[in-house]
Amino acid sequence: MTSVFLLAVALLAQDTTQGKAVYQKWCAGCHGDTGAGDGEAAHYMLPRPRDFTGAIYQIRSTASGELPTDADLMRAIDDGLPGTAMPGWKDRLSAGDRRNLVAYLKTFSTFFADTSFRPQPIAFGSAPGGGGGDEALRTGRLFYDSIGCRKCHGDRGRGDGPSSPTLKDDAGLPVFAADLSEGWRFNGGASAEDIYHRLRTGLDGTPMPSFSDLLDQQFLTDEQLWRVAQYVRSLSPDAPEVRDVIRAPRIAGALPRAPDDSAWNDVDRYWFPLVGQIIVKNRWFNPAVSGVWVQVAHNGDSLALRVVWNDRSQSPDTAWLAHGGRVLSSLALDEGSAPAPQPWPDQLAVQFPLTIPSGMERPYFLMGDRTAPVYQWRWSSASPAAAVAGQARGLDRFDPAAAGGAGAQSVYDAGQWRVVFTRALATPDSASQLQFQTGRAIPVAFFAWDGSNAETGTRMAVSTWYFLALDEPVPARVFISPVLAMTLVLVVGLLMVRRAQRASGRQP
Amino acid sequence: MTRTLFTPIAAVLLLSVSGCGGDNQGGQASPPAPPPAAGETPAAGADAQASGGGTITGTITFTGARPANAPIDMSEEAVCKEKYTAGAPPRAETVVGNPGVLANVFVYVKSGLPAGARYTAPTTPVVLDQDGCRYHPHVFGVMVGQMVEIRNSDPVLHNIKAIATKNRPFNISQPAAGMKTNRTFTAPEVMVALECNVHGWMNAFAGVRPDPFFAVSGADGSYGITGLPPGTYTIEAWHERYGTQTASVTVTGTESKTADLTFAAR
Repeated sequence: MTSVFLLAVALLAQDTTQGKAVYQKWCAGCHGDTGAGDGEAAHYMLPRPRDFTGAIYQIRSTASGELPTDADLMRAIDDGLPGTAMPGWKDRLSAGDRRNLVAYLKTFSTFFADTSFRPQPIAFGSAPGGGGGDEALRTGRLFYDSIGCRKCHGDRGRGDGPSSPTLKDDAGLPVFAADLSEGWRFNGGASAEDIYHRLRTGLDGTPMPSFSDLLDQQFLTDEQLWRVAQYVRSLSPDAPEVRDVIRAPRIAGALPRAPDDSAWNDVDRYWFPLVGQIIVKNRWFNPAVSGVWVQVAHNGDSLALRVVWNDRSQSPDTAWLAHGGRVLSSLALDEGSAPAPQPWPDQLAVQFPLTIPSGMERPYFLMGDRTAPVYQWRWSSASPAAAVAGQARGLDRFDPAAAGGAGAQSVYDAGQWRVVFTRALATPDSASQLQFQTGRAIPVAFFAWDGSNAETGTRMAVSTWYFLALDEPVPARVFISPVLAMTLVLVVGLLMVRRAQRASGRQP
Repeated sequence: MTRTLFTPIAAVLLLSVSGCGGDNQGGQASPPAPPPAAGETPAAGADAQASGGGTITGTITFTGARPANAPIDMSEEAVCKEKYTAGAPPRAETVVGNPGVLANVFVYVKSGLPAGARYTAPTTPVVLDQDGCRYHPHVFGVMVGQMVEIRNSDPVLHNIKAIATKNRPFNISQPAAGMKTNRTFTAPEVMVALECNVHGWMNAFAGVRPDPFFAVSGADGSYGITGLPPGTYTIEAWHERYGTQTASVTVTGTESKTADLTFAAR
C-alpha cells in the first residue's frame, strides 16, 4: 500500500517537473512564474490571465466553488477560452505535455492536495427533445426573464442589461456580461449543452452565478433550464465565416437609407472581426467591439452601406463613466498614468483608398500615411444623423472633404448600433473623394470606438483591408433578348395555330 | 449571574439578530437585544467554553473627518427603492455613530487561546437576509462549519458571490423572494467578502472563525466577547475601509475587561 502511494507520488513529481518546464516556456509570460496570473503580459489583458493560486476556475463540470476536474483543466488548455487572449493548445503541445501541465497547474494551490475538496462532476443529463421549436424557445425566453438573465445580459442578450456597467470579477476588475448573440466568443463553448453546463456550474471568479439551486428548490425544472440554454443558443448565429469580398447587389429604384428598412433583409451580410489597435501608441488592448456586420447595395447612382455592431452602451452614458475609469486604471497604458474617463461618444469609420487601385497595392490599413492618404466616412454618436467624409493621412490627421460627402442615418437599439452610410457613386470633387465604380475590387476597412469603454483616438478596434465589389449594371441586351425570343415564339405559335385552324376548317 | 449564563453561543446569536433587525437607517445595527434567558440557549459548542469565563468589552471610536456615505441609487430596481419611503439609504461601508464611534467592526481573538482547543459550531445558523437590495447584517461572524442561511426577501434576482482565499468561493442565484440557501465555510478567514453583482452596491463581510470569541460593533460602537478562558489575548478589530487595529488583553477569571480601539479617518 505504502509502495503504491510512493510510486504515485514519484509519478506525480515527474509529471509536475515536466509540466513546469512546459509552463515556464509557454504559460508564464501571461500567468506568471508563480501562477498568480501576473506575467509580463497580464496587465495588457482584461480579463486577466487565470490566477492559479486560488484554484478558482470558470469552466468546470463541478458545482459552484468546487475545484475543476482534470478533464475540465485539460479542456481549457486544449480549446482555450474563446473571447479571451487564451488560445487553444491542442495543436501546439503534445498530449503528454498538456497532461503534465495539468498536474503542474494543480501544484499552485493547496486545495488540490486536500482530499476533502475532491471535485465531483455534476450529472448533467442530456437535452430534452424539441430544443429548436417555437414552444421550447418561448419557454426558454420566459425563464430567461424570470431567473434574471436580462439583468446583465440584456433584453436581446447583447450584454447590455441594467447591471452590466458595474460588473467586476473577483479581483475587482471590470468585466463584461457575455454578448449572447456572439456565441463563438463564449468562454466555455457555444452549444446548448455548453450553455446548460454554465447555467448549472456558474463561471467562478466572475459575476455569473450557478443556477443549480433553483432546481433543488423547484423554482424551475431541469427541462425548463435546458429551454433557457436552448433559447440562449438561438440568440447567436453559428460562428460567421469571414469572407474577403462584400458583394453589393444592384437594386432598382430608391436605396434603403433607413437603418431598419426591410429591404436590408434581402441583402447578404458580411462579418468582419475587429481587434485592438496595438501598433501605434497609444495602443489599445481591450477593444469592446468584436466585429461589424456589413451590407452594401447600390442602384447605379448611389450606394448604401449598412454597418451593424453590438455595443453595450449608447455613449456617452453617465452610467458607464465609472466603467471607463476602471478599464483605464486596470490596464498598462502607453500614456503612463491612466487618463480620467470622459463621456466619449461611440464612433465608426469606414475606410477606402482615395482611388481604386489597379493591382493589389493599397494604402497603409491604419488610416494611411502622409504620402498615401485613405478616404474615410466617419460617424459619431454625438452627431448620429450625419457622417463626415474626408481624407486621413495617418492616425493623427484627418481632412474633411469640402462638400458632397456621405450621409448617414443611425439607430441604437438594445445594445446594437445600426448605421447606414449613403453617397453618390461619383462626386464633383473627384480629387478629394473616392469615385466608386462597378465591377471593381474596392478595398474597404472598418474602425470602431466604444466611448463608454474609454475608447477614443488611437484607443480603438480595427480591421484589416477587405474588398467591396459593386455589381455591374446588367447590359440591356440581357433584358431585351429574352423578350424578343418570347415574342418570336408567340408570333410563330399564333401563326401555326391559325394555320392549323384554317386547315381543320376546310375539312368536310 | 445572567452574564455568566450568557454563553458565547448566545453572543453569536445576538450578533446575528442585532445585525438583521429590520434596520433601514444606513446599515446601522440595532441596539443589542437583551440576552436570552438561561435554558433557551443551545448547548452546542459548550465543550470548551461551558460556563463562565471572562468578558472583553469595548467601544470602537472613530477620529477625524467623517466620510460622506452617499445615498444608494436604486432606481434600476424599483421594488427595492420603494421599500425606503424616507429616501434612499446610504451605503453601509462607513457607519459612524455619535459621538465618533464606528459600527460594523469585526472584533475577534486573533491569538492566545489554548493550543489545541476545539470549539463545536452551533447548530443554529447565522441568517444573512437580502432585503431592500441590501444585506442584513452587513458584517457578521460565523464559525467554521456553522450554517449560513442566505435568504432572499426581495422579489428580484440576487446573486450571492463569496470571494474567499482560504475557503472555496461560491456564486449562486436567488431569483425570487422566499428562497433560502445554506452554505458553510471550512476554514478560518477574516474576512470572506460577499457581494451581489446584479446590484453593485450590495456587499457584506463574514468573519469565519474556529472559535466563538468574536463580535461586531453596533451603532453605538460597542462590542462584547464573552466566555473567554483565562489567558492573554491579542484581539483584532477589522474594518472594511480602515483596516485593522489590535489590543492585548489579559483575562484571569470571570471578570470583564475593557479594550477600546480607535480607527482614524484617512
